[in-house]
Amino acid sequence: MSISGFLSQLLAIVMALFLAPLLMGWVNQWRCWLQNRSGPGVLQPYRMLHKLFHKESVVAEHASSLFRMAPYIVFGCMVLACAIIPTLSTDLPLSPAADAIALVGLFAVARVFISLAAMDIGTAFGTLGARREMLIGFLAEPALLSVLFTASLISNSTALTSIVEYLAHKEFAIYPSLAFAGIAFTMVSFAENARVPVDNPATHLELTMIHEALILEYSGRHLALIEWASALKLFAYSCMGLALFFPWGIAEAEAPLALIFAIPALVFKLAIGGFLLALIETLSAKMRIFRVPEFLASAFLLAVIGMLVHFLLGA
Amino acid sequence: MNALISQLINLFASVILILAFAMLSQRRIVNLIHLYTWQGLAVVGSTVVVAYVTHQHHLFYSAALTFLLKVILIPYFLHRLINRLNVRWDIETLFNIPTLMIIGIILVVFAFNVALPIAKFSDTVAHGTLGIALACILLSFLMMITRAKAVPQVIGFLAMENALFLAATSATYGMPMVVELGIALDVLVGILILGVFMFQIREQFDSLDIRHLEKLKED
Amino acid sequence: MNPLYFVFGTPLLGGVVLALIGHRSYARDVNVAFSAGSFIASCVLTVQIIADGPLFALEKQFFIDPLNVFLVTLTAFVGMTTSIFSRPYMRVEQDHGKMTPGRMRLYHSMYQFFAFTMLVALTTNNMGTLWVSMEAATLTTVLLVSVYRTPASLEAAWKYFILCGVGIAQALFGTILLYMAADRVIPDGVDALLWTNLDAVKTQLNPTIISLAFVFLLLGYGTKVGLVPVHNWLPDAHAEGPTPISAVLSGLLLNVALYAVLRCKILTDGALQSQFAGELMIGFGLLSVVAASFFLFRQKDVKRMFAYSSIEHMGLMTFAFGMGGPIANFAGLLHMTLHSLVKSAIFFSVGHATQKAGTQLMEDIRGLIKVSPTVGWGLMLGSLAILGMPPFGVFASEFLILTTAMRDLPWATPLLLLALGISFAAIFSRVQPMVFGVTSVKPLAHPPALVPVFVHLGLGLMLGFYIPPYLNDWYLQAARLIGGQ
Repeated sequence: MSISGFLSQLLAIVMALFLAPLLMGWVNQWRCWLQNRSGPGVLQPYRMLHKLFHKESVVAEHASSLFRMAPYIVFGCMVLACAIIPTLSTDLPLSPAADAIALVGLFAVARVFISLAAMDIGTAFGTLGARREMLIGFLAEPALLSVLFTASLISNSTALTSIVEYLAHKEFAIYPSLAFAGIAFTMVSFAENARVPVDNPATHLELTMIHEALILEYSGRHLALIEWASALKLFAYSCMGLALFFPWGIAEAEAPLALIFAIPALVFKLAIGGFLLALIETLSAKMRIFRVPEFLASAFLLAVIGMLVHFLLGA
Repeated sequence: MNALISQLINLFASVILILAFAMLSQRRIVNLIHLYTWQGLAVVGSTVVVAYVTHQHHLFYSAALTFLLKVILIPYFLHRLINRLNVRWDIETLFNIPTLMIIGIILVVFAFNVALPIAKFSDTVAHGTLGIALACILLSFLMMITRAKAVPQVIGFLAMENALFLAATSATYGMPMVVELGIALDVLVGILILGVFMFQIREQFDSLDIRHLEKLKED
Repeated sequence: MNPLYFVFGTPLLGGVVLALIGHRSYARDVNVAFSAGSFIASCVLTVQIIADGPLFALEKQFFIDPLNVFLVTLTAFVGMTTSIFSRPYMRVEQDHGKMTPGRMRLYHSMYQFFAFTMLVALTTNNMGTLWVSMEAATLTTVLLVSVYRTPASLEAAWKYFILCGVGIAQALFGTILLYMAADRVIPDGVDALLWTNLDAVKTQLNPTIISLAFVFLLLGYGTKVGLVPVHNWLPDAHAEGPTPISAVLSGLLLNVALYAVLRCKILTDGALQSQFAGELMIGFGLLSVVAASFFLFRQKDVKRMFAYSSIEHMGLMTFAFGMGGPIANFAGLLHMTLHSLVKSAIFFSVGHATQKAGTQLMEDIRGLIKVSPTVGWGLMLGSLAILGMPPFGVFASEFLILTTAMRDLPWATPLLLLALGISFAAIFSRVQPMVFGVTSVKPLAHPPALVPVFVHLGLGLMLGFYIPPYLNDWYLQAARLIGGQ
């Protein structure tokens, strides 16, 4: 392992940990502005994390150790995910540990544990949330996999770093398959990160909530970890999207100094991405839960068509 | 630069394919007409690109003809039709859309498989899109089967014609002009007759639901 | 002036003229006059072809060869006799209030345009124009099928339009593929769809493309031929439209569609050098024969029953052409001619019978022989002829087809015999009480003018004994042409 590789890996993790809540705050702030409200400020997630970490964690009487372990596992998964996604540089020593397919698996592990923990308490809401979460998950994963396969087919590799390197350096060409994959990826990201139109992160209405229902029983540092983990998940998805579809500005192994330019590039891209996310969320209405399968089926369809189109057109 | 322009053909073809899927799952009649118009526009776009890349002048004429017919005349006619029939905001219940999509994907795979060995014999710039054209034909066919109302069935029929036009452009740079004019005339007359028909059907059944038209069966 | 122009120019002019005056009482005679004009022109054309051999017209866009010349004459002839039949028939329909003057105008005008599209389809050399005119043939007849505006007729017309539209769209895809294959061989792309050009280079056409093209063309034009399983429109359209239209649909349109398939088959055989096209046609043909014969038994409506009989016979022809070889092709062509003549004669008689009875349900039509001996005998003899009873020509053609099948495809023979037996039983058991059953209806005062019926049946009878030498010659030449020589 080279020193520069070690450094860029470390930088990627630290960046993820500290930028993720900021991204969350940025999106929430824009949502407020777009809805003509004065927002709490972009730093609000940090304050919330700070507050939660200093609170006592109350755990239900019948909770098993699974319930206590779940936040750590979820948080760990998300940190690892952020570590293997090329956010700043493609020179990541950890990335051989997991390719694109394993990354999907990593998200799945987190999902399974949070769902198990939600059911562990035995409250109605937890079970309900877990069921909905699994429903979304089992529809979103094939779509996400198809998106990644399309990118893999184009670059002949399933390792995220090689995909990004290939896409960043090829001659500019119009890839209809990538365009479809991009739309599909956006749809999957909305579902996976519990955003409108699939889920509303700001609601606690029992008929509609999905993600919030899962974590209803958590408090204190456990809740803080989970909130941080979901911020990391949003960050991971955003970076993955940027790396696959807008890969310009990411540093490589041969040019460690490019890292200096990679940071502002990433921040700039994330800022725009966050604004667009808030815009789409504001413009769309939350759909009924029974329409979600249709929504995700469309995402899957787009991704598969993208893949097929690649086979047919070679583009 | 030229390479990029010819890649645009693939993009247009893919957009046409996506629009075919969107039409398959669209419930509102008025949106269906919008989608049809967009599909027509994409067909025109790809034809223009092919014409530009290959310097086939007659393709410009057929693109202009298509634009006139499929982007302006037929949509205008359809809008008038649904206004006069008062079905503008009709919503059709479709059975299980995800299943429909899966069937659609299977059709696409089938079409691509059929077209691949053929397409390699063609040396046109757009030969790759032959499979997409065939897939669109099959998807429009599927749409016609699954629709119970008269207007969506007709739109499915027209979408099939769009796909055939795409096939002609991609496989052979369009048919000879005489034939193309003949086809355009047939389509125009066909849609007029269908319009007359729909009024007759509604007069007779007070509805445009094709399910009324299932009395003639072998019993 | 080339008589070919008059052959299809007359009905075109007739369509325009009748669109203006079609509602007047003398329009029926004008209709006959235009049809007769077209027939006379086709006779002149025939004489000229006998004298001078094949000809081209309009920069090779139109051509006449042995395969289509007799079909042109047949089409013009049946078009004329049907217009003669429709003269009194439609007057009665108008008296019964089923036809308004506006509808009469539509009927007359479209009748001529329909004849025009079929004649263009037969004589065109361009595979694209062939497609356009086949589609136009649907368009001209679809409003005629629904002309009575009853729920059933609207349903029939809608089905006819949609199914044939979808079918013909497949044929267009096939034509595009054909053009794609031709484009690679014929450098000057403009004439690459001319059949004669394609025929000249057929051995160089890419086999992969052509075989796919033929599948689509067979499915597409096969829909109009009425091949099972894409036949659903046919019984409805025949049963619900006016009887003259049923007669021309059955007697002519199906032939023209089969003719289109044959043209494609010749090219496919040349390109593939295999039995692929023939085998497909044998499969579809046999399926149609067998399925139609079983459907025949379940019919209550007389026009529907004879529509299924048409499916059966078209299947038989498809089967014959699928087997190929000089004898089977000869038999197929002969059967095509005879089926046109006999089936339209049957529809003429059925038209009068149903008009008299006021219903198309067979159980309500009884004792035609008492009501009107001419109608009764016309229906009886027509049915016997179409069922292949010996003195009539259908016997000869079916006999030829069956013997060829015994030699080439022994496994198919029992199926064919079974199907023919079933349809004999089905039709005969229905027609017999209709003609000879007991009825309380009073006899008709004036026998209806059924000259066309007996002219057709007479020709059918004649072809059973004697085929005129030049006709025989054409059949042989056309059979060779279909055989790819």
